[in-house]
Amino acid sequence: MKILVCISNVPDTTTKIKFTDKQTRFDPTGVQWIINPWDELALSRSVDLKEDSSNPVSEITVINVGTSETEPTLRKCLAIGADKAIRIDSEPKDAFFTAQQIANYVQKESFEFVVFGIESGDYNGSSVGGMVAEILGVPSVSSVSDIKFNGSSATIERDVDGGKEYMQVQGTTVIVVQKGFAKEPRIPNMRGIMMARQKPLEVLAAIDSELLTEIIEFNLPEPKAKVKMIDPDNLQELVALLSKEAKVL
Amino acid sequence: MNFELNEEQQMIRQAARDYAQRELIKDVIERDEKAIYPAEHIKKLSELGFLGMLVDPKYDGGGMDTVSYVLAIEEFSKVDSSIGVIISVNNSLVCYGIESFGTEEQKQKWLKPLARGEKIGAFLLSEPGAGSDATSQKTTAIDMGDYYLVNGVKNWITNGNSASTYIVIVQTHKEKGHKGINALLVDKYSPGITVGVHENKMGMRSSDTHSIQFTDVKVPKENRLGDDGFGFKFAMKTLEGGRIGIASQALGLASGAFELATKYAKERKAFGTEIINHQAIAFKLADMATEIEAARLLCLKAAWLKDKGLPFGNASAMAKLYAADTAMKVTTEAVQIHGGYGYVKEYHVERMMRDAKLTQIYEGTSEIQKIVISRAIANDDL
Amino acid sequence: MSVLVYIENFGGKLKKQNFELASFASKLAESTNSTAKALVLGTINNAEIEKLNQFGIEKIIKVEGESFNIRINKVFTQVIEEVVLKENVSMVLFPDNNTGKALAPRLSVRLRAGFVSGVVSLPESYNPFIIIKRAFSGKAFAKVKINTPTKILSLAINSFGLHEKPVTLKIEYFETQVSFADVPIKMVERKVSENKVSLFDADIVVSGGRGMRGPENWKPLEDLATVLGAATACSRPVSDDGWRSHDEHVGQTGKIIAPNLYIAVGISGATQHVAGVSRSKCLVAINTDSDAPIFEVANYGILGDVQKILPKLTEAFKAFKGD
Ligand SMILES: Cc1cc2nc3c(=O)[nH]c(=O)nc-3n(C[C@H](O)[C@H](O)[C@H](O)COP(=O)(O)OP(=O)(O)OC[C@H]3O[C@@H](n4cnc5c(N)ncnc54)[C@H](O)[C@@H]3O)c2cc1C
Ligand SMILES: Cc1cc2nc3c(=O)[nH]c(=O)nc-3n(C[C@H](O)[C@H](O)[C@H](O)COP(=O)(O)OP(=O)(O)OC[C@H]3O[C@@H](n4cnc5c(N)ncnc54)[C@H](O)[C@@H]3O)c2cc1C
Repeated sequence: MKILVCISNVPDTTTKIKFTDKQTRFDPTGVQWIINPWDELALSRSVDLKEDSSNPVSEITVINVGTSETEPTLRKCLAIGADKAIRIDSEPKDAFFTAQQIANYVQKESFEFVVFGIESGDYNGSSVGGMVAEILGVPSVSSVSDIKFNGSSATIERDVDGGKEYMQVQGTTVIVVQKGFAKEPRIPNMRGIMMARQKPLEVLAAIDSELLTEIIEFNLPEPKAKVKMIDPDNLQELVALLSKEAKVL
Repeated sequence: MNFELNEEQQMIRQAARDYAQRELIKDVIERDEKAIYPAEHIKKLSELGFLGMLVDPKYDGGGMDTVSYVLAIEEFSKVDSSIGVIISVNNSLVCYGIESFGTEEQKQKWLKPLARGEKIGAFLLSEPGAGSDATSQKTTAIDMGDYYLVNGVKNWITNGNSASTYIVIVQTHKEKGHKGINALLVDKYSPGITVGVHENKMGMRSSDTHSIQFTDVKVPKENRLGDDGFGFKFAMKTLEGGRIGIASQALGLASGAFELATKYAKERKAFGTEIINHQAIAFKLADMATEIEAARLLCLKAAWLKDKGLPFGNASAMAKLYAADTAMKVTTEAVQIHGGYGYVKEYHVERMMRDAKLTQIYEGTSEIQKIVISRAIANDDL
Repeated sequence: MSVLVYIENFGGKLKKQNFELASFASKLAESTNSTAKALVLGTINNAEIEKLNQFGIEKIIKVEGESFNIRINKVFTQVIEEVVLKENVSMVLFPDNNTGKALAPRLSVRLRAGFVSGVVSLPESYNPFIIIKRAFSGKAFAKVKINTPTKILSLAINSFGLHEKPVTLKIEYFETQVSFADVPIKMVERKVSENKVSLFDADIVVSGGRGMRGPENWKPLEDLATVLGAATACSRPVSDDGWRSHDEHVGQTGKIIAPNLYIAVGISGATQHVAGVSRSKCLVAINTDSDAPIFEVANYGILGDVQKILPKLTEAFKAFKGD
């Protein structure tokens, strides 16, 4: 069973966000890039699944649509335990464009599971996974928090309003995972880091695709007013402010 | 000249940092307070490959360079320097010693499990009467034909109880002085070995330090590292590499304390402003940052020389001397910047200050490093 | 032309977020001279969905049948597509939640219609179509242009609010051509507790961090939540260490919520935590450390020990509610 994990390369979660070129572009100066945290969970759990020989997982490929600057991130994925990395050589121009690239690769290679994180830490699109599923015409399960194998069939746990549903799937399925899918991201071990040198990182040309959307400008939120401190011995004041000033009670 | 880390080195530093910040931090205060050996962490770190990261993959090691090793030990020691020394002794004294000077059979038998982290190693040089002066070894190994009969006491042994593979420095030919010394591979569970009590230390409290007694312990001859009489040279050569580990540990203590002090100075207010705005505090931080950077460069230079296969003994002595003194100074200042808060355990820096003191003592005191460096100057060998 | 809003069916009930979406859809319709319509799938009373008439929805397209009580994304998307084509829809609106995240991107591909998720306000302009969405986990906003004639949006919950506009509403039943038969996926088990206030729906959320000092100390926090009718949440280390269940974890890697009132109890305010709650209308922080970063993002702050403050706060709210 082959798994494809889709990786986006995002600024570290503590990054101070800045923009340049008249607010039209994210300013990457001094930014440390990481594997999108949800994608990292997706990959970590996939590697766990592969390591447990009672599961049918045989190969894990990671794919990223990005420029050569994302290669360190892909090599980290190889160090964590992916067997092979694919980079589609292009800026990920919009969600649909990115989905077309990934779907095109999946069509050539065939995977049982194509795994995404629930959103990427930059544009928070939450779109590529669903789009890939639709382009391929295959089922998708989103907000997935667990997966269990029983022979060749898999049961997927998804979060729905107020609880969980368990879905049985067959054939190629797109799953979009969230917190809980893996307990924590795996730390690459020395062997993994060493082997990452020899594992394949293939670069493929992008295919043409229309752009359905375009980002035209970024803005930072308005600076927040200074906090009003409340005397701990006069909490009635807080209640009054919440009901009269903030009007949230 | 190139000061850039390569991608692999960055990845290793990040892996060590992630483990330290995510896992070690959780219970470091308790481990220090109750002097608990971090067995679980050592197990996980050996699964990650840090216990044998310098060893050739041929012998099940990580095959990483010494620069990566400096980075990893620094990251661990920023949070828990006891972990730093445990890894350092295993890698750069025990594994390095066997890998550099052992026979192929010795490597297969002793090195592989150490590199995998399944076994932990200890390096037994110091004795009650032989510390800085390592030539006056009292532990004897009498040649009995096909084995040595070992008697004596070693003390201050890091990993003394947790280790099961010992490298023991012994005197075989007393008349030859230090040229009669040997280094033997000894299984801790050999009959006649008694592990003494756990030393109740000022700092580095979660590494286990013991004295080890040898009473008529039979050690097969094939366990000798190198030719007969090579032991003293073996110890000195091995310590040259070990010092890079301790220097990096000291560096981690300094940079960890510096990070905490900086964060605190930006938050803590006194006389109407964050204390970092008081020049006395700001200048302390400036000195600390500069000295840490100098220590780091010395560590990396020594590591780089070693990786290039060039002589690195003087460089590692300088790195250890300077990094240890920097650790002591920076951790002390970090406590000062924290004021009263720095004096309680919750804020970490008091532990770092206690831990730092040891880096000026073991694997050659600061005075001994100066002897090494000054001799090299005198001999036009620097 | 019409604007179609996807009304999620919460086990036969509607929730506040449905009405918020309806309000948004009817404003979109107003500005484009079109009709606001809603689509509902599965089992639900007409009396329940008729409530949408208070928020400008003039027509409801109802697709009945028990099989639609379980969301199969592929099938649902095809049904939505059929309705979009039949009703001459130019804008489709989804909630920015698990359901919207699952359906909207699929629909975007079927219709070749640009999709913008996490929209926080009405379009800045309709021609060209430009709208603002959240980006960088709440640390920024992006203005996005949609290039296609049909537009798909998902609205960040609690970003628009309710806007009443009573209209007359008619319900139309729709027979879909789509079948579940050839989709190789089925639900085998379902575990839902109906009565728990979901974090996404709660107007008020009381959230505990490591400053609570252990799971045994949660009673006063729960008491406060009960008095306020609030949901409870927590920071990531709290759920990682098993003090509270994972469902309660909010933040960049947990749930992203936007209640009217968020009370952060013993939470330091790390950037990853704040990313998940920064769209709250009002944020109250209780912390012993006056330098805790949470106070930089809070509207109101209380400096003090949670174990002392919580019971007093509960009393103060009780007194207020009693009035
Ligand atoms: C916690 C801990 C862990 C240790 N782990 C190990 C281990 O794993 N293996 C191991 O073999 N040893 C270990 N040691 C021993 C350590 O290496 C020695 O303590 C160290 O070498 C100093 O020796 P000493 O204590 O006998 O001091 P001494 O040699 O007696 O020195 C006392 C003082 O005299 C100074 N001094 C000595 N000679 C000179 C000189 N010629 N010129 C100027 N000053 C001089 C020293 O610098 C020091 O200030 C450990 C020690 C400690 C405390
Ligand atoms: C990739 C990544 C993703 C992350 N995602 C998330 C996420 O989604 N959500 C999240 O929450 N975190 C996340 N984190 C973790 C985040 O960085 C913080 O570590 C975490 O939010 C801290 O939780 P806390 O505020 O409960 O604990 P702490 O930071 O330990 O804060 C505890 C607070 O309680 C106060 N306090 C202590 N005692 C008392 C008392 N008696 N009374 C009142 N106050 C007291 C202290 O002053 C302190 O401010 C993420 C981290 C990373 C690296």
